Amino acid sequence: MVQVTSPAFKQNAARALADAGLQKALGKAKGAFLQRRAEAVARLPEFEALRDIGRDIKNHTLANLDFYLETYAANVERAGGTVHWCSTADEARAAVLGICQRAGARTVTKGKSMISEEIAVNDHLEKHGIEPVETDLGEYIIQLRREHPSHIIAPAFHLNREDWEADFRRMHTDLDPNRVFNERRDILAEARTKLRSRFLAADVGITGANFLIAETGSSVIVTNEGNGDLTQTLPRVHIALASIEKVVPTLEDATSLLRLLARSATGQDFSVYTTFSTGARRPGDLDGPEEYHVVLIDNGRSNMIGSEFQDMLRCIRCAACMNHCPVYGATGGHAYGWVYPGPMGSVLTPSLVGIDKAALLPNASTFCGKCESVCPVKIPLPNLMRHWREREFERHLTPATVRRNLGLWAWFAKRPQAYRIATRLAVGALKLLGGRKGSFRSLPLAGGWTEGRDLPVPEGGTFMARYAQQQRKR
Amino acid sequence: MSKDAILGAIRRGLKRGPLPADQRAMLDGRLATHPRHLIPARSRVPRPEQIALFIRNVEKEFGTVARVADAAEIPGAIADYLAAQNLAPRFVLAPHPELAALPWADKPLLEFEARRAEATDAVSVQHGYAAIAETGTLMLPSDATRPTTLNLLAETEVVVLRTSRIMGAYEEAWDTLRREGTDATTGGIGTPSTTRNVADGRPFMPRNVMLVTGPSRSADIEQTLELGAHGPRRLHIVLLDDDAADPPAQAPAAAPAQAAPAAATKAPTPKRGKARTGSTAPPEA
Repeated sequence: MVQVTSPAFKQNAARALADAGLQKALGKAKGAFLQRRAEAVARLPEFEALRDIGRDIKNHTLANLDFYLETYAANVERAGGTVHWCSTADEARAAVLGICQRAGARTVTKGKSMISEEIAVNDHLEKHGIEPVETDLGEYIIQLRREHPSHIIAPAFHLNREDWEADFRRMHTDLDPNRVFNERRDILAEARTKLRSRFLAADVGITGANFLIAETGSSVIVTNEGNGDLTQTLPRVHIALASIEKVVPTLEDATSLLRLLARSATGQDFSVYTTFSTGARRPGDLDGPEEYHVVLIDNGRSNMIGSEFQDMLRCIRCAACMNHCPVYGATGGHAYGWVYPGPMGSVLTPSLVGIDKAALLPNASTFCGKCESVCPVKIPLPNLMRHWREREFERHLTPATVRRNLGLWAWFAKRPQAYRIATRLAVGALKLLGGRKGSFRSLPLAGGWTEGRDLPVPEGGTFMARYAQQQRKR
Repeated sequence: MSKDAILGAIRRGLKRGPLPADQRAMLDGRLATHPRHLIPARSRVPRPEQIALFIRNVEKEFGTVARVADAAEIPGAIADYLAAQNLAPRFVLAPHPELAALPWADKPLLEFEARRAEATDAVSVQHGYAAIAETGTLMLPSDATRPTTLNLLAETEVVVLRTSRIMGAYEEAWDTLRREGTDATTGGIGTPSTTRNVADGRPFMPRNVMLVTGPSRSADIEQTLELGAHGPRRLHIVLLDDDAADPPAQAPAAAPAQAAPAAATKAPTPKRGKARTGSTAPPEA
C-alpha cells in the first residue's frame, strides 16, 4: 500500500499552511466547486429526496452484500469476463501483474482510480518492467511529478496553472521550449497530443469503477475527458479495479445514484461520459477488448460490515465532503498522509490502515457538520469521526497531557458544585488579569490556544450565575 | 480462498450465514422487477416539450443540434455542418443499415467509409440509439453496427438521432434496451448466452453502453472546465423529426430509407407534434 504519513498530520498541516503556492491553488479551486454544486442542486428540486433514496439503496445493498457480490460475479462470467477476488492489496497487485504478464504487456494505460492508488499498483508494475501511463489529465501531471493525488476527483487540486506549464516544459522536451501557453486549453491540447500515441500503443487498459451492477455484471466509469473510455476500449485487455462496496443491484439503482454523483462532485447535471462495460468483445463487434477482467478488492472493507463504521461503505467518492471542509480547505489533501483526504478520508483511513497510524485524522475536524449536510448518501461523518476518537481514547492512543486534562475536566464535570466554584474562580481570575484589554495575547497553560488566536476576556459571570440571575428576575 | 474469505467476513459482520432460500428469492425478485425510484419531474412533460428539453440540455452542455424533417435531408445537414466548421467533407460512418440507406449520392462531395474509427479519422458519424431529455444525454450502445471507437477517436462526432428515440428519463432508455436487447432488427444488441436479464433469461446488455452528455472536457486545471480533452472536441446531433405524433400525412411507421422518396410531400410543420407519451413506431423497421 501507499506509505502512510498520517501520524505526521500536524507537521504536514503546518507545512501546508506555510506553502504559498498551495494556498493560492486552494483559494482558487474551492469556490468553483462549491458554487457549481449549489447551482446544480438548485436546478433539481428532488435532490433532497434523492439523497434519502441513495442512502437506502446503499444500505439495502450492504445488508445483502454477499448475495449481490455473488450475483454480480456470476453475471460477469456469463458475459465472458473473469472476476479475481482479492482479500488484500498484495493479492490485487499480483492479480493485475499476472494478467498483464500473460498478455505480454509492455505499456499499460490507466484511467483515474483511487483503489489503484490504494493498492499502489503502478509501483508494482514498474518494478516488473511494465510501464503504467496515467491518462486522466490530473493523474498525468501527478505521475510526471512523482506525487500522489491531493483530491479524490481532482488529483491536481494543489497545483496552479504555472505549475502545469513548468512541468510540461520540463517533461515534454521534444516540443519547442519557447512555445506559449496562452490559455488553459493549450495545456489540455498538449496533453491530448502527448497521450494519444500512448492510448494507441497500450497492451492493457486499467480503469476503476464507480459502480458494479449485479443485475447485468457491468462495471461503470464516470469521466469528463473520455480518457477512461479510450483506456478500456483500445487495448486488447481491459482490467477494471473495484472495491467490494461498489456493487449495486440494478441499472435503476445505479441511475438514482448517478443523479447524485456528478451534481455533488463537479456540479454538473451529468458527467460527459458514463459508460457501462459488460464482458469482452462480442461476435461481430468491430472494436473493444478481447479480454475483460474485474479485480474485486476487499482490503479491509469487509471488517467494516456490522461495525459502527458500516455507513462509510455507502460512500460514492464524489468529494463534496472535502470540497466543503474548512480543514481540507486550509491544508489540502496531502497533509492527510494517505490516499483518501478530507472528512471521508478521516473516517475511512483509520478503518483501512489502523487507528494507531491515523488517530490524528478524526481529530482534524471542527465538527461543523457541513460534510454530513452535503453528503449525497447522508453518511454521518462527524459522528463516525467521534466514534474513532472514542476508540483512540480507549486504546490509550491519545497523548498523555490530553488524557490528564480530560480526566481533570471529567472529575469536575461529574461534581456540579465543584465545577461551578472552579469556573467562577477561573472567570474571576481571567477578568482580573485581562482587565480592559479585552483579550489575551498569551496565557500560561493555554499556549496551544493563544499561539494561533487571542483568547477573549470573559464578560459577565459564568453561565450558571447568569441563568440564576435571570430566574430571580422573573 | 479469497472469495470465501471475503464472503465469510461479510456474513460474520452481518451476523448470519448465507441467506436462506426465501430471502434469496425476494432479492431475485427485486433484480427481476428492477423497481424504479424517484424520477425527477423535469422530464415528465408532453412529447414536444421533452424534445425541447433535450435540445436545451444538449446546448447547455456545449453540444449542437440541427433538426431535419426528413431522412433525405441528413446527408445535406452533415455536409453543411462540416462546411460551417471548416472541416474536410470526409468521415468514418457507423456501419448501420439505417445510415447506409440514406441518399448519400445527393451529396457527391462527401467521402466516407463504413467501419470502426481509427486515430487518423477527423470526423465520425454515429447512429444514435436513444437519448435522454433529462440531461441532454445520448445513449450509444456498442454492437457490430455502432462501434464504440466512433464515440472516442475523432475530433468531431456527429450523431444521427430520431426524435422518436428521445426518452424523458434514463429509466425509459434502460427499459427500451431491455425490450429490444435481443431483437435482431435493432442491429443485434446483446448476444444469446452472454448477458442475462435475470427477469426472463434474455440477454440484453451490450458490451459497452456509453451515456454521452456533450463534448469531452476536463476540470483538472484549476478546477475550471475546458472543452477538448481526450474525446471529441465537438458533438453535433442531426435530429430527424419522426415522432409518430407529427401530422399523419405519410405512413408514420415507414422506415427512413423508404420514406425518403416521399420527402417532396412532407408536412410543413413537423416540429410541433401533439403530446404523446412514448413512441409506438418500431425503431428500425
